[in-house]
Amino acid sequence: MNMNDVLTVVLVLIGAPILGCLASGIDRRITARLQGRVGPPILQPYYDVKKLLSKDNMIVNPSQNFYVIVYLFFIILSLLMLVFKEDILMIIFVYTVASLALIVGGMSTGSPYARVGSSREIMAILAYEPILILYALAIYLLTGTFNLSKLVNASTPLLVYTPLIFIAMIVVLNIKLKKSPFDYSTSHHGHQELVKGMTTEYSGPGFAGIEIAHFYEYVFLTGLIFLFWAVNPLIGLLISIAAYLLVIVIDNITARVYWQWMLKMSWSVLLIISIINIALLYASKVTMV
Amino acid sequence: MSLAKSPWIIHVNVNSCNGCDIEVVACLTPLYDAERFGVLNIGTPKQADIMVVTGSVNYKNVNVLKNIYNQIPDPKVVLAVGACASTGGIFHNCYNVIGGVDQVIPVDAYVPGCCPRPEAILDGVVAALSILEDKKKGNIKGKEVKLKGNEVPSNA
Repeated sequence: MNMNDVLTVVLVLIGAPILGCLASGIDRRITARLQGRVGPPILQPYYDVKKLLSKDNMIVNPSQNFYVIVYLFFIILSLLMLVFKEDILMIIFVYTVASLALIVGGMSTGSPYARVGSSREIMAILAYEPILILYALAIYLLTGTFNLSKLVNASTPLLVYTPLIFIAMIVVLNIKLKKSPFDYSTSHHGHQELVKGMTTEYSGPGFAGIEIAHFYEYVFLTGLIFLFWAVNPLIGLLISIAAYLLVIVIDNITARVYWQWMLKMSWSVLLIISIINIALLYASKVTMV
Repeated sequence: MSLAKSPWIIHVNVNSCNGCDIEVVACLTPLYDAERFGVLNIGTPKQADIMVVTGSVNYKNVNVLKNIYNQIPDPKVVLAVGACASTGGIFHNCYNVIGGVDQVIPVDAYVPGCCPRPEAILDGVVAALSILEDKKKGNIKGKEVKLKGNEVPSNA
């Protein structure tokens, strides 16, 4: 590990939450504008986290904040692995551990709302996980390895070969960012039929930890979209910003659906178009390198 | 300053006629937009800073009110909205009504009116913010309010 790697780690650890915080603030501002409101300042998520850190820590069992730490740690780890162009399959597994930590944390509190939220999040994992695996498989078929370094150094972007998986990944982004129509595991503050879903029993610093992990998650998930055009970082950045803005617009123009609807859509439409994409890649035997 | 910039509100209705509740919700509409001050109407008491109470308390829901108050982490502020929450309003001598919210839990700010306009409620929230900051600075904790069994009024 040389000096450059250490610098990159520090940059990711400090830079990612700042970017995620701004993205979250812009999201709230755009949402407010689309509803005809003025909206909070762009730095509102930062003020929220700062306030939560200064509040009392009220816990219902000693282990609930441990799961927040696990969640935060594995999110940061998956983001770092993405930045260091590690194995994409491993990144997806590490990321799943992070999601599971939040679910177990919600379950451990024993609140009925947290339990319903957690079981809905399990359904969400069931819906998006196959698509993520097929996304990794497409990278393997095209570059001959799960390692991302070949993808970045290739001459043609990934999007040219995998347009159908790209569409599926936009929906995965929508599910993972917990945006409407798939926002039922931790319901939005506007509609509280599940109180706050998985995070109902978290307060103060514990909830601040979840918020900070979300900031990292914003960067990580848009990073997965970035890989579709990683050969040219500028175009990749534009595509990931466009995907993020699209998700915000979808969030504002759709109503929430049943989880059954999401499962049917992802296991029929999204999975089938992803498999068609994989089959075409396999039949035509194209490679990027 | 951090507390004043993102006050999260939990709205508790104890025996209110819904007049005040509609005005509280009106604060969130595009016309008044409380979110521009960082105000969020949060569902769970565990993440709330300001407790907005409407309605006169009665013997059926007094324990619910105490329970929610105890679950809010410090520093916290209670805002009584409406005539009923402040004094009991037109119900103040009813046999089944305890009276104002301050009979049960400590109240920091009152918004009078039947029902108060959304501007008045926002004004009350802004007044509560400075109290919230003072409580943080002085490290003033809210006392835990003891729950009792189903209370029976002494004059019943």
